[in-house]
Amino acid sequence: MIYTAGIDIGSTYVKALILSEDGQLVGRSLIRTGFKLGEAAEKALQAALTQANLHQDDISYIATTGYGRFQVPFRNVNITDLTASARGARFLFPNTNTILDVGGQTMKASRLDVSGKVKSFRLNDKCAAGTGAFLEKTARYMGFNTEEIGPLAVTSKEPVPISGVCAVFAESEVINCLSQGSSPADIMQGSIISLMDRAVQLMKRVQMEPEFTLVGGILRFESMVRVIREKLGAHVNVPQGDLVQFTSALGAALLARQRLQKINQQSAVPA
Amino acid sequence: MAYGSGVDVGSTQTKAVIINEKREIVSRSLIDTGANVILAAENAYAQALKNGNLEEREVEYVIGTGYGRYKVTFGDAQITEISCHGRGAVHMFPNTRTVVDMGGQDTKAIRVSPSGEILDFCMNDKCAAGTGRFLGAAASALEIPLSDLGPTALRAEKAVKISTTCTVFAESEVVSWLGKGKKIEDILLGVHQSIASRSMGLMRRVGVEPEVSFTGGVTRNIGMVKALNDLLGFECNVSDDSHYMGALGAALFAMDRILSGRLAKESVA
Repeated sequence: MIYTAGIDIGSTYVKALILSEDGQLVGRSLIRTGFKLGEAAEKALQAALTQANLHQDDISYIATTGYGRFQVPFRNVNITDLTASARGARFLFPNTNTILDVGGQTMKASRLDVSGKVKSFRLNDKCAAGTGAFLEKTARYMGFNTEEIGPLAVTSKEPVPISGVCAVFAESEVINCLSQGSSPADIMQGSIISLMDRAVQLMKRVQMEPEFTLVGGILRFESMVRVIREKLGAHVNVPQGDLVQFTSALGAALLARQRLQKINQQSAVPA
Repeated sequence: MAYGSGVDVGSTQTKAVIINEKREIVSRSLIDTGANVILAAENAYAQALKNGNLEEREVEYVIGTGYGRYKVTFGDAQITEISCHGRGAVHMFPNTRTVVDMGGQDTKAIRVSPSGEILDFCMNDKCAAGTGRFLGAAASALEIPLSDLGPTALRAEKAVKISTTCTVFAESEVVSWLGKGKKIEDILLGVHQSIASRSMGLMRRVGVEPEVSFTGGVTRNIGMVKALNDLLGFECNVSDDSHYMGALGAALFAMDRILSGRLAKESVA
């Protein structure tokens, strides 16, 4: 069996995924990025290999994506995040036309054409207000960690409006809300709503069309998905379980497989 | 002798100043604002009275300013910090035409007339980039005290250019430069230059006319003063009292009211 790997080096987490030639996801792993991107990618790949019961020699082609994609010396090819998430989303949901990808430090909306290529996109990467970092900061100001965001927001009864203009100024806003007696759950849910407002604006700017597919680490929280479903008034596709975080890594592994097949065909022709 | 006071409740620190009829500072105090803004105003004022060895009844008029000015419950009036910084700067440095106020959560550029009237201003209030918070983020990322930032930056040889705008992302950028082996001094110089260039942008929007007076809490950072001077191409006015400028301006307005009230009484009599 031939295997390919996709490694997505994001600002917060590195995701590695191993794909077999027949399209099975045989191993995946997720680790915190830290500041040594190449090392983090290596570790993530090793963990995915262990899970798949494979060795690095078994992997015929490695594609990297994400902001740290150039920092991985053992890659065969690097692919932009937009292309990787488009490929991954189309593989999981073939009718995807618009993708929203919310990560730790970026928010991206992209529109695909019939063939699955990215036709237009908009990013928010200059300001933390539209990214996962905004929710992480808000949670931290109230003494909660990232993993607690989802469970906390679910218990909200009456969300507090949060302006969401600046992730730094959110601290004073959160403290004000707490001192006025709002519950952390309502503040958290309010922050999610404000973040998702930004997401919908971004999607409008790429002339969104259904079906919508949501990917990226932050969207693993169910309350996030519910808010965006309400705002769009439409069904949204969300990759199952932790796969939502691995969509770009999957896309990279798929492109690696395609690349490998092409190379093999070309080398087969002269023979 | 009558006394007037100004209490400047900032997002990060609360400052109180008491002046006499000759408009000389007789007492000052500085405390962290914290979560209870009303208490911060009360404590700062009480501390200033104590430092000046004054009784509350000796201070005839108190003006609150800063973002928490309406929380100065014992105050007689409130005036915006923009007016107060303008007034204070022109009082301390009479040739001031442009004021740049750098506080914990906002940066303002103010153009003033020779008499201290506000002609124009512009501020950065929607985004923490270019404010004192940017320095706070760098200090926490590098794990060094806020007061060491400036002196450390002065030892730099070659600035590391900080490319991120957002304060949240700058924190990670600072750590990643450290991970790439850059020296703390050089990174910090880059951080100071980044903030200085943002405040220059604000100043250009109101027009940079010398003399420029630098006010607010960040004036205590000598690295920032130098970065600003380098960009301006001349030296801005700074004194040890520059971070009390808002409170001083408020105290000056308080004294105006005390003296004009006395005048009014005299003319009636």
